[in-house]
Amino acid sequence: MDLKDLYQEIILDHGKNPRNLGRFDNYNKDAKGNNPLCGDNVHVYLRLNENKKVEDIAFEGHGCAISMASASIMTDMVRGKEEKEVKEIVTDFLGMIKEKDSLETNILKDDEKTKLMSLSGVKQYPMRVKCATLSWHTLTSALDNSDQIVKTEE
Amino acid sequence: MNIDDIKREFPIFDDKIQNNDLVYLDSANSSQKPRVVVDRIYDFYTKEFSNVGRSVHYLAVAATNLYEQTRVSVQKYINAKDKDEIVFTKGATEAINLVANTFGQKYLSEGDEVLLTELEHHSNYVPWHFLRKAKNIKIEFAEINDNGEVTLEAIEKKITNKTKIISVSHLSNVTGAILPIKEIVQLAHSKNIPVLIDGCQGAPHLKLDMQDIDCDFYAISGHKMYGPTGIGILYAKKKWLEDLPPYQGGGGMINEVKKEGITYGELPNKYEAGTMATAQVIAFNESIKFMEKIGIQNIEKHEKELLDYGLEKLRKNNSVNIIGNPKEKGGVISFTIEGVHPHDIATILDEDGVAIRAGHHCCQILHDKLNLPATARASFGVYNTKDDIDKLDEAINKCKKIFNL
Repeated sequence: MDLKDLYQEIILDHGKNPRNLGRFDNYNKDAKGNNPLCGDNVHVYLRLNENKKVEDIAFEGHGCAISMASASIMTDMVRGKEEKEVKEIVTDFLGMIKEKDSLETNILKDDEKTKLMSLSGVKQYPMRVKCATLSWHTLTSALDNSDQIVKTEE
Repeated sequence: MNIDDIKREFPIFDDKIQNNDLVYLDSANSSQKPRVVVDRIYDFYTKEFSNVGRSVHYLAVAATNLYEQTRVSVQKYINAKDKDEIVFTKGATEAINLVANTFGQKYLSEGDEVLLTELEHHSNYVPWHFLRKAKNIKIEFAEINDNGEVTLEAIEKKITNKTKIISVSHLSNVTGAILPIKEIVQLAHSKNIPVLIDGCQGAPHLKLDMQDIDCDFYAISGHKMYGPTGIGILYAKKKWLEDLPPYQGGGGMINEVKKEGITYGELPNKYEAGTMATAQVIAFNESIKFMEKIGIQNIEKHEKELLDYGLEKLRKNNSVNIIGNPKEKGGVISFTIEGVHPHDIATILDEDGVAIRAGHHCCQILHDKLNLPATARASFGVYNTKDDIDKLDEAINKCKKIFNL
């Protein structure tokens, strides 16, 4: 295990200054997620336009550097994408965090993939995987209009 | 007492953990186990095993005697009047659930109030919440002050003529505050209100005398007292155990079972349904002996020294904010570092073998009140040294460096 893999510069940067933090008025989809283990929570807001494209996205919440950075990078990455593409990115990301060595989707550019791969360090820290995935599960829940609050504990 | 000798009695410290000497600062969560306890479980299973309280063959009688010997040891250790006032449970959580359930069944009805404090662990809130749902009772919370303590006055303020039971922590697992439980019991009894003490953090660190405290119920966790998991104790005054209904039904707790009806067994069997955690109960006797050998006064003194040293050290460390400042405080230091989430602190400290806990420590009510989603917590046991605290301090500095503080 190497802490430098986990706390890369980009994670520390996004963790300290999360992008898209807050809420905007005309969102039409949202969902909440929480991690009962540590009390961290996230609320994702997004606006899907008539072409099913993510016009805007933001999140509120608090959590560790990993969870804040993950939500920050995620929201940056899916803005402007179509719903179908967003779902593919989410599946790809969760697959990479769980087992795969790399990201496979063609939707993301190489530099975007590099950014996302900065979160792959959590694989070595099983207790912290949930920190990295909470906002992503919550995004899926928002897209699916699920009223269920996403929980990391079953 | 020589801490190095004591530490050598704990096999966990023999080997490196992830290439580090273990600095174990999570005893409020669960303590490590001395060799005598681990060996006792092994010996019981390999040489002496049988179920207790049922068969009449040699092993069954011997096991029953061992099991009952722990009951007597616990009785003496906490100075209970009668050995039948000691009920074995699977943990302190079950002990509290037992009281909430049986007392609630018999004595609580709509509009009645149960008085807790804002310091309580979820295990001393959720069981009462069940009654709030089932019986429409009310739960009141005595407030903490700025030092993170609950005073006698704070308790008194919330007592009404509807208060039917008071259930409070002996020692907070977050702020470390030691509550004035004897005074709380006196006050409550003057109004005919029984008191349950959640002694999870009290029993491993403070001298206990049930007859002096005079509480009605006291819940103890075995695994926080250098004992095995799966064992807890409910101390309850005999009058309550005789008066309240049984908690769980099953074998061992009955007197006579007929198609028309059932009569229940004598104490303490009435509350010990089914096969109990036999090996753990028997091994717990070794935990008691271990603590008696060192002496609880010595444990208290040692942990107080560690606490004073730790507080002094961490107060000098910039950006560390210590949660609560109780006058009477046990060996628990909860803290935050401005700009670093407690979970990140715990992961970074772990890299150097410093094991702490981060999160809400099962005290969300308290964390909401403090307006903190989470804190980091270092807690002490008899095996900790000042060197452990120095390593904690160094690891905190490393944490600050990683986060450019």
